[in-house]
Amino acid sequence: MKNKYIAAVEAAQVKTEIPSFEIGDEVEVGVRIIEGTKERTQPFIGTVIARRGGIGVGAMFTVRRIVNNEGVERVFPLHSPRVAHVKVQRKGKTRRAKLYYLRDRVGKSRRLRERKNIARGTEAESVSGDAPAVRPSRTMEAEPAGV
Amino acid sequence: MKAAILGTKVGMTRIFGEGGITVPVTVIQAGPCRVLQVKTKETDGYEAVQLGFADKKKTRCTRPEIGHAKKAGGLPNKFVREVRLSDPSDIKVGDEVKVDLFEEQQIKFVDIVGTTIGKGYQGVMKRWNFAGQEASHGTERKHRAPGSIGGGGSRGGGMAVKRGRKMSGHMGHERCTVRNLVLVGVDKDRGLLLVKGAVPGPQGGFLIVSRAKTKA
Repeated sequence: MKNKYIAAVEAAQVKTEIPSFEIGDEVEVGVRIIEGTKERTQPFIGTVIARRGGIGVGAMFTVRRIVNNEGVERVFPLHSPRVAHVKVQRKGKTRRAKLYYLRDRVGKSRRLRERKNIARGTEAESVSGDAPAVRPSRTMEAEPAGV
Repeated sequence: MKAAILGTKVGMTRIFGEGGITVPVTVIQAGPCRVLQVKTKETDGYEAVQLGFADKKKTRCTRPEIGHAKKAGGLPNKFVREVRLSDPSDIKVGDEVKVDLFEEQQIKFVDIVGTTIGKGYQGVMKRWNFAGQEASHGTERKHRAPGSIGGGGSRGGGMAVKRGRKMSGHMGHERCTVRNLVLVGVDKDRGLLLVKGAVPGPQGGFLIVSRAKTKA
C-alpha cells in the first residue's frame, strides 16, 4: 500500500488509459521525438521481454528487436509522455515473466509461438478472459487509473 | 515572511518534466505550522520565530509545553524549531504557516535541514572510506582495520593520538543541511512540497525547509 501523499503525486503523472500489452507480445511503441520545434512520432517495433516497476509512475517495460543482426533493447517508462502509444501487433505465447533467454537465442529459435484464439492485430481488450498461465500476474489494466 | 516551514519526509517518486524527462523527487509534507513564539531584539537579543509542527500526544506533553502552546492557541507540537528572520514585526503568535508561502514568493531553490539515517557504530571503512588492509599476503584479523593511528613514542615521550583522528564510532543520526535543491512543485491542498533529488533522513523524519540562502 502506497503512502497517500505519494499516491496523490503519482496520480497526476500516470496515464489514464494505460496501453494493454503483455510479455512476449510484438508491439509498436510510438516514441515522441522533438526535432527543433517539430514533434513527430517514431515507431520502435519489437518484442516485450520484461515489465517491471509494478503499478504507478515507475512502471517500465523493455522492448527487444533485432537491427542489422544486432540485438537492440529499449526500456520505456510506461507512463512517460514520450511514449505516445503501444500497439500490439502479434500476441506471443510465453511461460516466463521475463524473456531474457531470448538474448541468447539465434535465428529461428528466437521466435515465440503466437497465442491463438486472439484475432491478429486487435488491441488486447479481449485478453482478460484468456488462459491465466500466460498472463503476467499484475497487469496494469486491472488497476483503477488514479492509483 | 521569509519562506521557511517544518515538515516530514514522505518518500520519493518521480514525475515527468518538460519534454518527458524523468525527474526524481522527494515528497515533503510540510505545515501547517503554528507560530509559537516571536523573538525580538528587545526581549531576546535576536529576531526569530518559533514554529511548531505535528501534534504531540497529550500524555507525552509536559505542563510547561501545554502552557507555551496555549498562548499560540493550540496543543503542543512534536517538532519545534526556530527560524531566524530579519524582520518579524508582521508576524503574531498563533499565525499559521503553510506551503502557500513558497508559491506566493515563487521560490525556485530551497535548503533542507534534516537528521541523517542512523547507522550505529561503524568501522573506519564505512564511516570514513578507509581502504582497509589486504585480503591475503599474510594479513590476519586486520582486514578492515584502520592501520596506524600515530606513533613515534620513543622520542620525548607523551606521544598521543592526534585529536580529530578518524576512527570507528557512531555514524549517522546527525544534523545535515542540503542546499539549493530545486523546488519542483507545491501542492497547496495537501500541503506538499516536491523537491528534486534526495533529502537527509528516513521517511517520516522531520525537516526544516527554507528558501535557499545562496541561490535565488
